Amino acid sequence: MSRRAVEVVRSGPLTTVQDAGRRGVAALGVPGAGALDQPARALANRLVGNAPQAAVLETTLGGVALRALAPLVAAVTGAPAPVRVDGRPAPWGAPLRLAAGAVLELGAATDGVRGYVALDGGIDVPPVLGSRSADLLSGLGPAPLTVGLRLPLGRPVGPPCWIEPLPQPAPPRELVLRLDLGPRDDWFAAGTPALLAAARYQVSPASNRIGLRLTGPPLTRLPGRGELPSEGMVLGAVQVPPDGLPVVFLADHPTTGGYPVVGVVPLADLAAAAQARPGTPVRFTPAAAQRRRPPG
Amino acid sequence: MSVRVHRVGRAALLLEVADDGEVASLLTELMDRQRAGTLGGVTEVVPAARTVLLDGVARPEQLERQFAGWEPVPVALGSGPLVELPTVYDGADLAEVAERWQVSGEEAVRIHSGCEYRVAFCGFAPGFAYLTGLPERFAVPRRDTPRTRVPVGSVALAGPYTGVYPAASPGGWQLLGHTDLPLWDPDRDPAALLSPGTRVRFTPAAGAG
Repeated sequence: MSRRAVEVVRSGPLTTVQDAGRRGVAALGVPGAGALDQPARALANRLVGNAPQAAVLETTLGGVALRALAPLVAAVTGAPAPVRVDGRPAPWGAPLRLAAGAVLELGAATDGVRGYVALDGGIDVPPVLGSRSADLLSGLGPAPLTVGLRLPLGRPVGPPCWIEPLPQPAPPRELVLRLDLGPRDDWFAAGTPALLAAARYQVSPASNRIGLRLTGPPLTRLPGRGELPSEGMVLGAVQVPPDGLPVVFLADHPTTGGYPVVGVVPLADLAAAAQARPGTPVRFTPAAAQRRRPPG
Repeated sequence: MSVRVHRVGRAALLLEVADDGEVASLLTELMDRQRAGTLGGVTEVVPAARTVLLDGVARPEQLERQFAGWEPVPVALGSGPLVELPTVYDGADLAEVAERWQVSGEEAVRIHSGCEYRVAFCGFAPGFAYLTGLPERFAVPRRDTPRTRVPVGSVALAGPYTGVYPAASPGGWQLLGHTDLPLWDPDRDPAALLSPGTRVRFTPAAGAG
């Protein structure tokens, strides 16, 4: 009996294998990686009956086409896009039964950036440091998909969730990102939080899995502070390089960095950041980091 | 100085101290508390030049209180495992570094291989270790123009640090030589030959041919 697998018919501009990412290895310089829109990945896995940690495919704008090499169940979530099975329209956001030999095609995203394709049993490439995710900064994990590549699938663990197709997410007109100020907000000119609150940025086309790059008003560093020695970076950190334009760190961000971090975008806002297309207006709502001081 | 605790978003703390010696002290304390089970849930402990980042912290307020006002206690730096790296001192920048140090090439090799180093932290790339131990007077700046490709295993200097490139990559460090020992192998446990706290010696080796 042949192993359950899919074959890549069309790779799309950038399609990678992603799961929850690598944990506990940042001290070795290993980025977290993992799906940029984790809620969409979790939903796709639920639809096909996978365990939450199963690896899925993450597409970028242009979709992907896959041939089933065995009967299987697939589901598409994330960025809204047309879905076809053997050329016939099929539902987005619902489990799809594919016969052996059937071709699942995810077209160009009509909105958003990243689509997620879950296959029952999960993508079963060998894990690297506990994760199957492709890390595009350091080249760990499986390389981006290429035509003809065969991806093995694991054993299905649960029944698919046979529901009516989910509604597609509405296009966000504006990306609003909460910002917890610090740890290096004191490296910036007085009035920086007010500037950040009032400023209108746009998503730059140079954005990628490492960071959401923005264009707009530059932030000003206080003079005479010299260089910041490299320090550990978190997911969602807003790093400000010398050009003053904020970069929101996404999953493949470096583990350490030497530019000051003015604030951190909470995890819950990062899925929307990963789906914001170049040109999308961006606004920050800065707030002082919540801290409770001991009495006295 | 006592540790400064910065909040980093909602689930991380940045502990800041004066220098790399205090980072080593802080790291030892953190590992002790982790072993004793008093640190609480923490996913990542990431040391750097003057800080240790704690990420994925289950109860940041509690940990913040735990460390507020903590004073670093000097630790013996010579207690970590020792790795010897046979090194061929044939780097493209060896002559320039020797000139900066105002010594001959042979003397530069003797200086560099005569020190004992310690992995202060990793970063830049998986398994790339920042080694301290070279006396401060031998610090050198990065190259003005980074190389587009530094070969795997290159032993290099920048600022107060020695580093060994675990994979070929672009880089701006001054190249002293190279080692053939694999620094990084994700299929090996541990994947990184040089992890924070490891002691390192560079032993001069003859080049092939």
